[in-house]
Amino acid sequence: MIDVHRQAFKEEAYELLSELETSLLELEETPEDSDLIGRVFRAMHTIKGSGAMFGFDDIASFTHEVETVFDMVRNGKLSVTKPLINLTLAGRDQIKAMLDASESGGGADLSATVQIIAGLRALAGAEAPAIAAPQEAAKQAVVSTRVTYRIRIAPCRGIMACGTNPLNLLVELHELGVCNVIAQTAGVPELEELDPESCYVYWDVILTTDQGLNAIKDVFIFVEDDCDLKIEAIAEHDEYSSDEGYKKLGEILLERGDITTEEMASVLSEQKRFGELAVQKGIVTENKVEAALVEQRHVQAVRQEKQTTDAGNSIRVPAERLDLLVNLVGELVTVQARLSQTAAGRADLELSAIAEEVERLTAELRDSALNIRMLPIGSTFSKFKRLVRDLSSELGKEIEMATDGAETELDKTVIEKLNDPLVHLIRNSLDHGIELPDVRVAAGKPRHGTVHLAAVHSGDSVLITIKDDGAGIDKEAIRSKAIEKGIITPQAELSEKELFNLIFAPGFSTAKTVSSISGRGVGMDVVKRAIEALRGTIDITSVHGEGTRITVRIPLTLAIIESLLVLIGKDFFMLPLSLVDECVELTRQDVARSNGRHLANVREHLVPYIPLRERFLIHGETPDIEQIVITEVNGSRIGFVVDQVIGEHQTVIKSLGRAYKNVEGISGATILGDGSVALILDVPQLVQSVEAEAA
Amino acid sequence: MAKIIMTADDSASVRQMVSFTLKQGGYEVVEAVDGKDALQKLSGTKVDMLITDLNMPNLDGIGLIKGARALPSCKFIPIVMLTTESQDSRKQEGKAAGATGWIVKPFKPEQLMAVVKKVLG
Repeated sequence: MIDVHRQAFKEEAYELLSELETSLLELEETPEDSDLIGRVFRAMHTIKGSGAMFGFDDIASFTHEVETVFDMVRNGKLSVTKPLINLTLAGRDQIKAMLDASESGGGADLSATVQIIAGLRALAGAEAPAIAAPQEAAKQAVVSTRVTYRIRIAPCRGIMACGTNPLNLLVELHELGVCNVIAQTAGVPELEELDPESCYVYWDVILTTDQGLNAIKDVFIFVEDDCDLKIEAIAEHDEYSSDEGYKKLGEILLERGDITTEEMASVLSEQKRFGELAVQKGIVTENKVEAALVEQRHVQAVRQEKQTTDAGNSIRVPAERLDLLVNLVGELVTVQARLSQTAAGRADLELSAIAEEVERLTAELRDSALNIRMLPIGSTFSKFKRLVRDLSSELGKEIEMATDGAETELDKTVIEKLNDPLVHLIRNSLDHGIELPDVRVAAGKPRHGTVHLAAVHSGDSVLITIKDDGAGIDKEAIRSKAIEKGIITPQAELSEKELFNLIFAPGFSTAKTVSSISGRGVGMDVVKRAIEALRGTIDITSVHGEGTRITVRIPLTLAIIESLLVLIGKDFFMLPLSLVDECVELTRQDVARSNGRHLANVREHLVPYIPLRERFLIHGETPDIEQIVITEVNGSRIGFVVDQVIGEHQTVIKSLGRAYKNVEGISGATILGDGSVALILDVPQLVQSVEAEAA
Repeated sequence: MAKIIMTADDSASVRQMVSFTLKQGGYEVVEAVDGKDALQKLSGTKVDMLITDLNMPNLDGIGLIKGARALPSCKFIPIVMLTTESQDSRKQEGKAAGATGWIVKPFKPEQLMAVVKKVLG
């Protein structure tokens, strides 16, 4: 595209040159004609300006010399003489030669150029200004430290008459970094005196930026003369600066010149909040105090932000101590529940007030105790980057890893236990998922495969997705493999989800060859069990030829879960709320209608259910209307029949004693407010054992 | 709606380059060959910004800026002048006449766009 412009310039330059020639010859006849002198100057000027713009730097710098002389002629410092005309004509020919030369690609006669320049300079004599060096933008060193600046922009009244919109300046400042703006409107007059075309306002800006002072000055480049502008650096935020409390309000106002030392002293002699006092005394306006306060808060906020990212300000504590703390908090939550329940049972207002207070504090304590154990998942992610790099070169593949949500926090123990399953899943993606570069190119994909690892919060759990743009899963291959291994019968009709779930079956592997990285088929079932041990779930979706996405859902913490409290007979049970879909009623008639099969009709869909009363051999009378808690396990909906659904419950998980550790279908227990024990159901395991019995 | 920018320059190649760059940036462009032509067109069409050369026949840039500022429709629009580094005094003169800013020739398309964005918002 630029060639078009160059061509346009050349055509124009030739035209100008011939015009220049005529003008010069005419000028020889009438040396005093200022109109002609102006024409000559303009022609030179245009050639110079446009020449530089389109890359004819030699022409531009040469023409500059000629132009300089004619500028003097124009200003009456030099008169038009025969030698001047001769030299200028020679110069004009030289420019033409240079243009011709650029066409053919060769250079013009340099010695002629030098000669003409020397002659012109001699003519101009000592009066000729020094040749302007090409103005290069001073390239400033990149300043990486963040500095906070205090900027006061006081535009002159008439600034808007110059077409400057002060708002644009503020917007530009905002683009440089963290920015707080206070408008000072004290100067705005009453309506009848107000000239709507004048600017009465000035602004106090606090800006924290790493772009350096010059970047800020550049913002005001056009308005320097129309503005009373003050820029001061007030704080640096580098690694070394101490970040103690920021200056007091009075000090800031003093520094800004809004008050004097004496005024401050007199205000300080009365002990009240400085800002209020200063305003009361009429020394400063409320707006000025507000601006100073904004500065104070701004710097404090920036520092705080730095502190949170500063590893230097954290304390290392042995993990056991934290575990102990969380355990104690768990006990406390239990006791608090009892206290609340006891208080509710008595008409003692004082006790209720105390119980409420304890409840609030306990909730806060619980949240912050659990928070201490939270770590960003990012450290694990970065380990995987290395893994991907090493493995891909070993496999001869070109694979990039992208991560998202590295700042997502998870319980420390969860992160540790998550490491191995995730390593396995990523290895699988690299080995089975992403194809060799040549195969990828043949399939019309970029050579580079991408594995995308992302973590995101979702309610009380974290979703970790591993997504690759590889070959995807071949459903038919899984099917035939599963039949071959005897996992399913050839007649089995499976949904896509069920088919993908086969990958997690023990002893399943679809890779044709076994490599050192994956493919022994011991992996995926182990992965699934590890995730389930964390009370998590794992899901696969895949499009053949396009890639695979594996989603792992993990609860935020292992210590406390949200659960649904239910009652069967006189026994309490808990179901993890994350698995519960909905609750529906089950009447005697429904049971009678289904002819002994455990199936309920929920909105025209049959949902199998497990009657827990039967399963746990709980004696007693079944109520007329029972409840089915419908859960989603491994992609299918399964109901659990209970007597009564009581409601949500924050459950502190207690592990069962050694004797009960291996009881099937129970993963733990908790203590309720009245001191009774509720068992936590291991829903996936219950479903599995019922299915195993049925088969 | 796309903003309209007028470029006034007696050099066809500069006009072409400015106009091409601005159109790429999503602006509409009105071209004028000198100050007189520009002033005439300004009284007929409303523009959001004016970019003018200083050295032009018939009416030069300073005259154009003064003339434009006198028009109610152009009273507050940004006006940017094209100057060369040797014309610092002219720059002052232009500012006094009501120019918003300036671009030093030679300039690159990116520099032009940066200034347009700066003054036009």
